[in-house]
Amino acid sequence: MGKFGKEFLKGLILSNPVFVLALGLCPVLAISTSIDNALGMTLAVLIVLIGSNIIIAAIRKYVPGITRIPIFIVIIATLVTVVNLIFHARFPDLYESLGIFLPLVVVNCIILGRAEAFASKNPILNSIADALGITVGFMLALLMISFIRQILGTGNLSVFGYDFGNLPVLGENPIVMFILPPGAFLIIGLLLALFRRTGVMKGE
Amino acid sequence: MNEIIAIFLGMVLINNFILVRFLGLCPYFGVSKKLGPAISMGIAVTFVMTIASIATWLIYHYILIPFDIEYMYIVIFILVIATLVQIIELFIKKTNIALYFAFGIYLPLITTNCAVLGITLLVNTVEDYSFSHSIVAALGAGLGFTLVLAMMSGIREKLELANTPKSMRGLPIAFIVATLLGLAFSGFGGMV
Repeated sequence: MGKFGKEFLKGLILSNPVFVLALGLCPVLAISTSIDNALGMTLAVLIVLIGSNIIIAAIRKYVPGITRIPIFIVIIATLVTVVNLIFHARFPDLYESLGIFLPLVVVNCIILGRAEAFASKNPILNSIADALGITVGFMLALLMISFIRQILGTGNLSVFGYDFGNLPVLGENPIVMFILPPGAFLIIGLLLALFRRTGVMKGE
Repeated sequence: MNEIIAIFLGMVLINNFILVRFLGLCPYFGVSKKLGPAISMGIAVTFVMTIASIATWLIYHYILIPFDIEYMYIVIFILVIATLVQIIELFIKKTNIALYFAFGIYLPLITTNCAVLGITLLVNTVEDYSFSHSIVAALGAGLGFTLVLAMMSGIREKLELANTPKSMRGLPIAFIVATLLGLAFSGFGGMV
């Protein structure tokens, strides 16, 4: 296992950024309408989080404590600009459907949170493990929600253009509410309650 | 005039920042446990949103576009917002100490509130509003944010007394309340 594996696994369940820490909810709820969007968002968060964790871990000894937050924010904003331009050029469809939530990765609490809580205190290798674990945890949550929403809301299972066909009843009469904003709140509320009920997570 | 009313109502009710656009959810679930702090937070956010959209509109249209560096907007906007929040915090501390304590830790937290960066992105890059329209849009978005935050905190104060199932207590029931509020707000859809 080693320390790398430990830091990686921690992000999956014990401190899953979305379900346990309730961080970065805005993008999770907004773009979980389809699995494509969920994977696109994960890619964006992965690039930015790994980049920011590596850079911040590398410069952690030279950053004065009092000005660290503005420095972290500028580093993150630069990386988000890069990702924004790459997506605009390479994946125009994804860029359109993510809309303002792509630039809004800057203020995603997960990224600044990891910079502040982990990367500014730990060496580069552990920071990479931490970034990977947190991103996979984020992806699991996002995939779970977007899978349920896409199935119930459109009755269709297609990922990146590969169509796995319509579902028998839902395909003809999809429950449109699940694609609309209230559906996102409902699904995440029920999932959280389910996790607490089954004991995966602690309640209040 | 009609256009201004349409933008305002659209921002407050139809495309409500919290319930429809999903911006500013962290304070929505974090601060909305009591009515008083929720309203303070709402007013603080509305204030910063309005000033931030004025500042970023001027910078975007008079600096970024003439110099052909629009792609720098993410870095510039977040820096402008962070600086503004600091200035506003200092200003309030010097002029009205009671208000400063009323806002408490909510003012610095606004920097990473996606509602503020959201409105500056919306008025400048997505919608391309004129100067007066962006002020109206920012005010409307802030008011809509305050309205829903206040409604939510009122409901959650009552929920404390209710006998909710153990696994639903806290966050899950707050999400369910948000679902119902969102469904109610979707009734405003065909208004304008």
